[in-house]
Amino acid sequence: MSEPLLSVRGLHVDFVTDRGVALVLDGVNLDIGPGEVVGLVGESGCGKTTLARAILGILPPGAARIRGGEVRYRGQDLLRADPIAVNDRVRGRGITFIPQDPFTSFSPVFPVQTQIMDLMKWKSPRAGNGDGAPSPFRRYPRERYRADREAVLDTLRAVQIPEPARALRRLPHEFSGGQRQRLMIAMALLPRPDLIIADEPTTALDVTIQAQILRLLRTLVKERGVSVLFTTHDLGTAHEICDRIVVMYAGQEVEAAPTAAFFSHPAHPYTRRLLASVPTPDGEIRDIPGEVPSLVEPPAGCRFHPRCDYASAECRSARPAPRMRAAAHAVSCYHPVDAPPGSDA
Amino acid sequence: MSAPSSAPLLEIVDLVRYFPLRNAFGRRTAWLRAVDGVSLSVQPGETLGLVGESGCGKSTLGKTAIGIYTPTAGDIWFAGREIGRLPPRERRRVARDLQYVYQDPGASLDPRWKIVHSLHEPLKIHTRLSRTERAREVGAILSAVGLPDAHLDLYPHELSGGQQRRVGLARILTLRPRLVILDEPTSGLDVSVQASVLKLFRGLQETFALTYVFISHDLSVIRAMCARIAVMYLGKIVEHGDKTAIFEEPRHPYTQSLLAAVPRIGGRRVTLDFALQGEPPDPRAVPSGCRFRTRCPLAQDVCAAEEPALRELDGRRVACHFA
Repeated sequence: MSEPLLSVRGLHVDFVTDRGVALVLDGVNLDIGPGEVVGLVGESGCGKTTLARAILGILPPGAARIRGGEVRYRGQDLLRADPIAVNDRVRGRGITFIPQDPFTSFSPVFPVQTQIMDLMKWKSPRAGNGDGAPSPFRRYPRERYRADREAVLDTLRAVQIPEPARALRRLPHEFSGGQRQRLMIAMALLPRPDLIIADEPTTALDVTIQAQILRLLRTLVKERGVSVLFTTHDLGTAHEICDRIVVMYAGQEVEAAPTAAFFSHPAHPYTRRLLASVPTPDGEIRDIPGEVPSLVEPPAGCRFHPRCDYASAECRSARPAPRMRAAAHAVSCYHPVDAPPGSDA
Repeated sequence: MSAPSSAPLLEIVDLVRYFPLRNAFGRRTAWLRAVDGVSLSVQPGETLGLVGESGCGKSTLGKTAIGIYTPTAGDIWFAGREIGRLPPRERRRVARDLQYVYQDPGASLDPRWKIVHSLHEPLKIHTRLSRTERAREVGAILSAVGLPDAHLDLYPHELSGGQQRRVGLARILTLRPRLVILDEPTSGLDVSVQASVLKLFRGLQETFALTYVFISHDLSVIRAMCARIAVMYLGKIVEHGDKTAIFEEPRHPYTQSLLAAVPRIGGRRVTLDFALQGEPPDPRAVPSGCRFRTRCPLAQDVCAAEEPALRELDGRRVACHFA
C-alpha cells in the first residue's frame, strides 16, 4: 500500500464508568489507503464505535480519556492538532460521518432543506478555510448558497431521491428509513471528503433495502475515489462492500486482511470462530464458548485467551504484535492457524 | 403439502386482523390491513419459519394466533379446538399452552423482583401447585436453560444480557407450553451470541417437546432452524412450503428478490446484481390485485386486476400469476 490516508497507531482510549475505568481501546492500529473501503468488524462492545468517534474527535469529553497513541490524517496528528483547525478543515469536511440510525439523526422539526443547507453553510467545499470558530452571526453568501444548492440537488439525484427539489421541502418523517439513509449518504458526500466513516449504516434496514444502499454506497465512493471506514457486526455486509477487513475483539485489533484472503484464509482463532458461527444452510450451529470479557478488568495479554483453544503462557502475559502472513494480511496472534476455515471449530 | 399428515397443532384459516386508523377527532378513517386472509398450519414438534420485511404483518399474525390480539375474522384451531372466539374464562385456560417470546425476553423481567419471584409468578397464576412443588418445577426449568440455582436470589441487573435472556425463556417455559412463538429472537445479536441462542432454542425444543413458530427477517437463521417456511408480504402469504424447495428454487418474484438480497460470504457480491427497486408500499394503501406488483419485475395488467390465489406448485404453494 502507498502512503495511507489515515493511520491509527497504538490508540488507547479509556472510559470512566460507575464500575471503574474501562479500557475500551487497547493499542489499536488501523490504516486506510486512498480510495479504499475498509470494514471494521467486531461484536457489540468491542470498540468499533469508539474508534470511529476517536478518529472524528467526537468522543464524549467527560467520560472518555485518550491515554496514548496517534491518529494521523494526511500526515497530521489529529489528537494533538489545534482543535479549531481540525473542526474547520477536517471534521465534517475531510472526514465525514454516516450514522447508524437514520431515524434519530435528523431533527424532526425542520425541513430536510434547512438541515442540509446548515451543513453546507459551514462544511461546503466552497467555504473558505481558516475562518476560526463558527459564529451564528456569520452570513451565508448568496452566491455560494446558490452554487451549494445546485450541488445538493445533484447529489440527491446521485443517491436516487425522486424529485429532489420537492423532497428538500419535506420533513424527515415523510421519508422512509431507506430514503433517510440515502439522505445521510448524500450529506456525507456533499463536503467532498477524502474519508467517510460509516457506523453500521445498514443495521436498521431490511435486507432488500440494505442491498440497495450497499450497492449505491459502493458505486458512489468508487466513482469519487473516497475512502470509507465501514463498521459492522455483520460479516455478510462486510463481504459485500469492503476491499479490506479489520477484525476487532474487546478493544484490540486481531486480524487485518484483503476481503478475499480474509474469508478464504482466516488465521486468528477468534476470526475463525466468528466465521464458523454464521448459520450454515445445512443447519449446523457453532457458537464461541464463554463470554466477551469485561473491559474494566480485561484479561492480560491477548484479550481472547480465556476463550481460545490455542492459548499458551505467552498469550496470557503479553499482547502479540501484528505479524505479516501474506501481502497486506496481518495477524496479532502467537499461534496463527493455517488450516482451511471451519476445520478447527 | 409435503408436511406429515398428522393432525396440526395449530391451524389458522383465513385469519384477518385490521387496525382502525383514526383522524384527529378519533373518527375512523380507514383500516390498516395488517393480516389479510392468512391460512397456515403448524404440525406438532416442527419449527415453522415466518419471513418478511418489517411491516409485513408477521408479528401481528403471531400475536393474533395466540390471542394477544383478537382476530377481525377467521378461525384459529388449536389442538382440535377453535380458540379465537372462546369466552374469556375458557380462553384463559388455553393461554398457558401458547407462549410468545419477544425480541428480548430479558427486558420483560421486573427490575425490582428477584429472579425467583419472576419465575414463580406464572405458576401462581395458572396452577394450584404448592410452594415446594413450584420450587421443584422452577429448579428443573432453570437447569434446562443452563443457569445455576444460585441465580434465583439475584436481581435482573446483576445478570448479564445473555443470562437475562435465559431467565426470560425459563419464565415462559415454567408453564410447559406446547406452542411457542419466537418473534425475532436473534435480531440485533452478534453472530456468536446468536449461535448460542439458537443452540439453546434447539435444546429446549427437544427437552420440552415444543412446537415453534419462528418469526424473523433473517433468512440465514430461518434456513438453519426451520423445515417449512412461509414468506409474507403486506399481510399476505406469497409462498409457503418446504424450506429446501423454497431456498433452492424460489418461485415467487418476491421470495427470489429476498433471497438475492442476502449477502453470501465467499461468493460473488450479490448487491452487484440486485435488481429490486423501491420499498414496500404503505400498508394503509395496499395496491389492488397482487400487492407486490408495484415492485415486481414480471408485473402485467392481470396483476393489477386480479389478486393471485395460493396454488400448489412443486411442493409449495405460491401466490403469483406467473410463477
